[in-house]
Amino acid sequence: MVRFEHVTKQYGKDVPAVEDITFNVAKGEFVSVVGHSGAGKSTLLKLLIAEDKPSSGSVFLDDIDVNNIDPSELPKLRRKVGAIFQDFRLLPDRNSWENVAFALEVSGVSGKDIKEIVSQVLKLVGLEDKAKKFPRQLSGGEKQRVAIARALVHHPDVIVADEPTGNLDPVTSWDIIRLLARINEIGGTSIILATHDREIVNALERRVITLDHGKLVRDEIKGRYVI
Amino acid sequence: MLTFFRIIRTGFLSFWRNRWLSLATVLILIVSLSILTSLVMVSVVTNTVVADIRAKVDVSAYFLPETSEEDILKIKEDLAQYPNIAQVQYISREEALIKFRQLHANNAVILQSLDEIGDNPLEASLNIKASEASAYKAIAGFLESKYSDLLDKVNYRETASLINRLFSITETIKRVGLAASAVLLFIAFLVTFNTVRLAIFSMRDEISVMRLVGASNFFIRGPFLVEGILGGLFASVITFALFFGLTYFLSPSVSNFLSGLDLFKYYYSNALQIFALQLGVGIAVGTFSSTIAIRRYLKI
Repeated sequence: MVRFEHVTKQYGKDVPAVEDITFNVAKGEFVSVVGHSGAGKSTLLKLLIAEDKPSSGSVFLDDIDVNNIDPSELPKLRRKVGAIFQDFRLLPDRNSWENVAFALEVSGVSGKDIKEIVSQVLKLVGLEDKAKKFPRQLSGGEKQRVAIARALVHHPDVIVADEPTGNLDPVTSWDIIRLLARINEIGGTSIILATHDREIVNALERRVITLDHGKLVRDEIKGRYVI
Repeated sequence: MLTFFRIIRTGFLSFWRNRWLSLATVLILIVSLSILTSLVMVSVVTNTVVADIRAKVDVSAYFLPETSEEDILKIKEDLAQYPNIAQVQYISREEALIKFRQLHANNAVILQSLDEIGDNPLEASLNIKASEASAYKAIAGFLESKYSDLLDKVNYRETASLINRLFSITETIKRVGLAASAVLLFIAFLVTFNTVRLAIFSMRDEISVMRLVGASNFFIRGPFLVEGILGGLFASVITFALFFGLTYFLSPSVSNFLSGLDLFKYYYSNALQIFALQLGVGIAVGTFSSTIAIRRYLKI
């Protein structure tokens, strides 16, 4: 479903951020991508959501070459991928409900459907009572839940999470990871989780891809955080 | 259609939510539009002044006393065929005398000496008004070459320098006014552009989120365009109202200074054109600067 083929990304003349990366993620898989800061985790995810283009190699999503499609098709592609980040990236001038609804508005979903879908996903992430709150009125964990709800509305094939727990305390972090695991289990949505949280990775006992200095050094089905 | 409606609503919403930046944009636009409108008004005033002065300029051709009235009237008809002639008036010797006496009614010495001469010493003349100040030279030349045997003198030679000076002054006023308005409008555009760019820059995170959740470029750009249009709309309405009041209160003093010029009446009777100009320029500047300012944030 997600396929990286000999992907290299080099910024300027520096050492490549990622170099010759090849791996697959099947439908319904939960993959952790681990490595030190600067190992290339974020670069990898950016390439998948077409926020950046690889210097060489290709990234495929459902057999579509992500970096080689018509720019007008790009918005549609992005709707197939839900993305969540360490810094949440919510719109500060919209409340939780509007933040989630926005992702549907841009794709032309009718008002009635928006109401239904947004209520559903807010309930799923456990925020139905915080719908009218603005991001500044929410805790870090709640903000990340809104972001997850927003990532879910398009029923994405895959959710990419770039250090989603980076700004959260351990307890809240676990809530978020459990939520992602549940989404993975009930919806069959693939999850690609970039993290350097050793405890979380070890406790998950799922597939782990380890990056070191931009190179893929380990890919294990039931992996552990080993570096 | 649904998307279109949402874009407009989003535009209105963000115009309101960023009301301080919107206010700044509107204020800058008001200043720009005021400059533009002032230039229009100034050009109306200068045109009136210039027309006023031009109407007072004329050329008189004086004929030798023995020239018959018939000949002079023939010349008058001949002149009427000549290009750029606005009006030709015949003043007979008798009329000239009556005017002269009226003019000097309070001067006993002149009247007395006139009586002593007994005969009418004044000459018949043709008073010529041209539609263009630049035409006087040619008219004077035409008369002097064709009717030199009947003419005593053409007083163009005496007023020539005055006419030329007036001519060059009005041309300079027009040219400087045009250049000044072009420069000021360009500055206004730059300032507006910068304000809008600042507004968009402050929203770059929002723009990146919009792209992230799969908003098309059209959907991202749309609300900014709506905001630009709204800014232009508000600015033009306010500027229009501002000048409505301004001309109303200033008009009496301007009329005192320049008789026959009613600025308020001019504004009032040309209200539609003036508002269309303000609205057009306001919306154009708002939209154009939004479009350019957002372009760089829409690249992949």
